[in-house]
Amino acid sequence: MKFELRYRQYNEKSILIEWPAKISEKTLKDQLYYKKNIEKYCDKLIVEVILSYNSMLICYMSTIEDVYSEVLVLRSLYDDSSSLGVSKKRLWKIPVCYSASLAPDLESFAETKSLSVDQVIQLHTGNVYTVFFLGFLPGFCYLGGLDEKLFLDRKKSPSLTVEKGAVAIGGSQTGIYPQDSPGGWHVIGKSPLSFFDVKKENPVFVRCGDCIQFVSIEEKIYNDISAKVEMNNFDLNPNFL
Amino acid sequence: MMGIVEILNSGFYSSIQDRGRLGYGEMGVPKSGAMDQSAYDFANLLLNNDEDCACLEWVFKPPVLRFSESTCITLTGAQTDFFLNGKKIENNRQIQVFENDVLKGDFCKNKKYGYVGIKKGFLSEVILGSRSFYKGITRSDRLAKGDEVSYEKWDGYEGHSAKVAIRESKYEPTIIKVYKGPEFDLLTEEQKDLLFTSKFTVSNVASRMAIQLSEVLPNSIPSMLTSPVLPGTVQLTPFGKLMVLMRDCQTTGGYPRVLQLGEASINNIAQKRTKEHFFFKEIEF
Repeated sequence: MKFELRYRQYNEKSILIEWPAKISEKTLKDQLYYKKNIEKYCDKLIVEVILSYNSMLICYMSTIEDVYSEVLVLRSLYDDSSSLGVSKKRLWKIPVCYSASLAPDLESFAETKSLSVDQVIQLHTGNVYTVFFLGFLPGFCYLGGLDEKLFLDRKKSPSLTVEKGAVAIGGSQTGIYPQDSPGGWHVIGKSPLSFFDVKKENPVFVRCGDCIQFVSIEEKIYNDISAKVEMNNFDLNPNFL
Repeated sequence: MMGIVEILNSGFYSSIQDRGRLGYGEMGVPKSGAMDQSAYDFANLLLNNDEDCACLEWVFKPPVLRFSESTCITLTGAQTDFFLNGKKIENNRQIQVFENDVLKGDFCKNKKYGYVGIKKGFLSEVILGSRSFYKGITRSDRLAKGDEVSYEKWDGYEGHSAKVAIRESKYEPTIIKVYKGPEFDLLTEEQKDLLFTSKFTVSNVASRMAIQLSEVLPNSIPSMLTSPVLPGTVQLTPFGKLMVLMRDCQTTGGYPRVLQLGEASINNIAQKRTKEHFFFKEIEF
């Protein structure tokens, strides 16, 4: 399925492409095909393509001289982008410890939602989430697919420090903090994994379009994995869907 | 042979910056890079350096530096009185430096971001294609007393470099040139009119991430999906505050993007101090 896209110049060196303002996996799939085609044919001309729910920002190496001809090129790449092969979806099983000592807001969260702590964990680990894009912090994934029963407005006043690895819920979204940061989300668990590691050749193991599932682990396992991650001795491999 | 610059005093907020980290936005990595790219480029030009040689960026008050080996430096951007071993030196020209020389400077007289360029650049760690400091990517987001940054010793100074006068007029201090942003058309006629006729003021909430303006613009734009942003994007918050995103800004944001600064105007606004005024002027591609 093709969308009615809107093209506009964003600054001297970039063009913004917009899909209808909706969060949908169809849009994501369309974007990923299109992005692949743009990166394949414009490799030498562009610095990068930045993705979000319903937009793609194409950043060029140099000032755009003739935006109309660039948009024509982009449009033609959209028209034949669906002919590209589908790559298999990757599913990452992310270990998360939901122990009270690592999840400062879990009890109050459950209470506010009139759920038991176990029900919260069950609902949070029960769904498969889609990575729509990365932003906010290096390695922070915008995930879609949170169970409506877990929607809860952000805290009125943000916490000064949400710790690296914190698994949290804010509004209709859930996510993992890749580094210590101020934040207004409710922390309901902690993952021992590093979602952004500049020491690795590929600092972020998750890509747009991947799937994520949270797996509940005991505190002892959390500590074991933490130690291995610290020693750079822990590899996580995806399942292919 | 390598030389070491030792930070004897860190100044107000000093860091190593270059043209920034390009091509990692997809991972959520900010671009970073020198706040005033034109003053940074000028430093490398004066030294005959490659354009991506890293400079030391300082804000308001320069750091105190000791150089372990001979080299050549230059001082651009914010202007102030600089002293090498206590002897006054000039901005915007090549300055010969010898073993154990100490560079000091006063609180700046104009603008706010200054640059110390060095022959062949400062050689701090390269991470994801750039030496630009950023919290969570480089070891620290700023230089501290006692830190050491290496550089290549250089003895080729020939002493015939003239001082270069910059045309200050090119800064057009009260005009910030902007394109319409993606959500501009959602503004009412009255809001659009206010944007282009009001005098705006730089507030004291200003950092490498964003500069907040003092004025409030009534905002009735409904909330939107998180979307890409760039340095120079002007966001309108739900409380009507205008935020000009700067070099360390996030890659995506959820507030309406009402304006986009032109490249040169990003350098221009970076140098504005609290309470300085300006007007937005619309330009077209």
